[in-house]
Amino acid sequence: MTSQNVKIVKKKHTAFVLDQQQVRSSVHFKILFHQILNADGLIVDNLPEFARQSEQLIALYRVMVKTRLFDEKAVSLQRRGQLGTYASSLGQEAIGAAIGSAMAEDDVLFPGYREYAAQFLRGVTMTDILLYWGGNEQGMNFKWQQYDFPICVPIASQAPQAVGAAYAMKLRDENRVVVCVVGDGATSKGDFYEAINAAGTWGLPIVFIINNNGWAISMPREAQTRAKTLAQKAIAAGFPGEQVDGNDVIILKHRIGQALSKARCGAGPTLIEALTYRLCDHTTADAASRYRSEHELKEQWQYEPLRRLKSYLHKIGCWSDLDEQNLLASCHEQIEKAVNQYLDTPSQPPESMFDYLYQSIPASLKEQRKSVIHWSKNSV
Amino acid sequence: MSEITLVDAVNMGLASEMEADPNVVVFGEDVGVNGGVFRATANLQKRFGSQRVFDTPLSETLIAGMSVGMAVEGLKPVAEIQFMGFVYSAIDQLINHASRIRNRTRGRLSCPMVLRVPFGGGIHAPEHHSESTEAIFAHIPGLRVVIPSSPSRAYGLLLAAIRDPDPVIFMEPIRVYRLVKQEVADNGEAQPLDVCFLLREGTDVTLVSWGAMIQEAMTAAEKLAESGVNAEVIDVATIKPLDMQTILDSVAKTGRCVIVHEAARTCGVGAEIAAQLSEQGLMSLFAAVERVTGYDTVMPLFNLEKEYMPGVDRIITAVKRTLEG
Repeated sequence: MTSQNVKIVKKKHTAFVLDQQQVRSSVHFKILFHQILNADGLIVDNLPEFARQSEQLIALYRVMVKTRLFDEKAVSLQRRGQLGTYASSLGQEAIGAAIGSAMAEDDVLFPGYREYAAQFLRGVTMTDILLYWGGNEQGMNFKWQQYDFPICVPIASQAPQAVGAAYAMKLRDENRVVVCVVGDGATSKGDFYEAINAAGTWGLPIVFIINNNGWAISMPREAQTRAKTLAQKAIAAGFPGEQVDGNDVIILKHRIGQALSKARCGAGPTLIEALTYRLCDHTTADAASRYRSEHELKEQWQYEPLRRLKSYLHKIGCWSDLDEQNLLASCHEQIEKAVNQYLDTPSQPPESMFDYLYQSIPASLKEQRKSVIHWSKNSV
Repeated sequence: MSEITLVDAVNMGLASEMEADPNVVVFGEDVGVNGGVFRATANLQKRFGSQRVFDTPLSETLIAGMSVGMAVEGLKPVAEIQFMGFVYSAIDQLINHASRIRNRTRGRLSCPMVLRVPFGGGIHAPEHHSESTEAIFAHIPGLRVVIPSSPSRAYGLLLAAIRDPDPVIFMEPIRVYRLVKQEVADNGEAQPLDVCFLLREGTDVTLVSWGAMIQEAMTAAEKLAESGVNAEVIDVATIKPLDMQTILDSVAKTGRCVIVHEAARTCGVGAEIAAQLSEQGLMSLFAAVERVTGYDTVMPLFNLEKEYMPGVDRIITAVKRTLEG
């Protein structure tokens, strides 16, 4: 573009002024990768304040272990026919743990379906999660969590909703932030692009987190986009994006915490791409061996998030074998209790499918409601 | 009180409810400074500020999705989709989320949102602007589908839609936007949802319609009266949930029913009404239920739109067939 055909645009309603300088200058951006605790359990960057307090690290470790054991139990319940299809978070526990511990109580979480650790820290119970995958809507009626959205199955569709919630917070000048978690697959969807574009446009209090576990069911990350990082998609939406080691709970909590603080003080959204790996199948209905090599899976196990944290805790002398034994025992006990509670929960009554459709049942549905009650009692 | 058009009534309803309830927000494409392509949101931004009345990027999925997020967070979003042809990318959010978040969470979360969509043919609009696809939305459990047919109805039903605790698709007939004027009091009074309105009493045949086709149905009724046929006219208004009782009561009296809609015939809302009449009103019927509808074709470009849309003659002929039976 030559200087002759560059117009100075002064619009009445926007602050945007296109000048010749802007047109002539190139735009540069870079995506940084952050890591503190590497796969060998070594600290490779400055420790943030919270990570100098061992009890904080132990709390993160506890929820990660609990989540892993819960996952294991859920998969085994499914195999025994006591649970429906289940999506495991194996290998990705650090992301949820960091999100859950970084968020404030009245923030709002829009999860995908591998953020159990975050949900547990925010008051969703293991029983809730089991009820959900066990075919009972009560699993989304969280007793101890009034704000958060339930698990979102249609990929990326939670992202525009998260933008709406963040808009509401900004409009009311609240001190709250939305966290929206999607997988790598979601970043190919229009919903995701529309959401980040609007969040950037309006400078909303929202943090987008991509659980990049390398696979969208059978589609590897490289086959999803030619973009070098998923984080750089934020640049097109006008706000910063970065990559972090998604198996390093310290950097995750640190960077998510900073993004939350930034959003909370009105400085707009951030996108954090957490690089992790799906050590499990997509769900219990999937067999990743059909499309993924044993070798790759085996190799990825060395980067998983629990071992490195445990090794670090050992090294700094605040975690013993006895602590580990006690933790495992306590998790097993909690899980057993949750499973029993789940198995003892009766199905929702058949008429419940009508009772929560609208605030009050329209006259046109009353006959159908009677019918479901009748046939539920009289079918053989 | 001056006479106003349907689009003015929408504007007045929006302003009234924004005044009454600080949680009401209005947004969509070009609704702010521009006041909407049909001027339905004219001057609202000036009056209520650019935080409560704002333009979105060209993102219909976003518009529907953020309505869900806002509604669950306690706002009352009233979003505009510019034309019917652009609503389809919003359907994912309506089917998967808006209509079921209350049910999914057993009432923990709810979604009091309104999605306004101008629809229908008759104004020589470009391609993709003139369809009547209300049946798609009526098929989705958990939604309300509301269609006003006059300025007064638009004002009252819009207030009711915004106050409703569940998601409402509010479809505005483009052709009637400026076709008729009515005195409408800006009194903040809602009209009831989930009920049909009896527009004209009659004894010989029941004409059931909604939206812009009410114009044709009423004209047909007047003409029929000249030849001694006394038609009752029902404005369905809330397409879903359907108030079948009012229609059944009318048919019990007249024994004949002609359903008129602009939408394509197969699986249109008329099919549902006819099916329910055959289930619950068969003994009242002296003749088969007739449907006068758009054809099962793509809505033609505007040179042929008049051929596509049901006219008064087609309605009168259908009524006469029911009288011959």
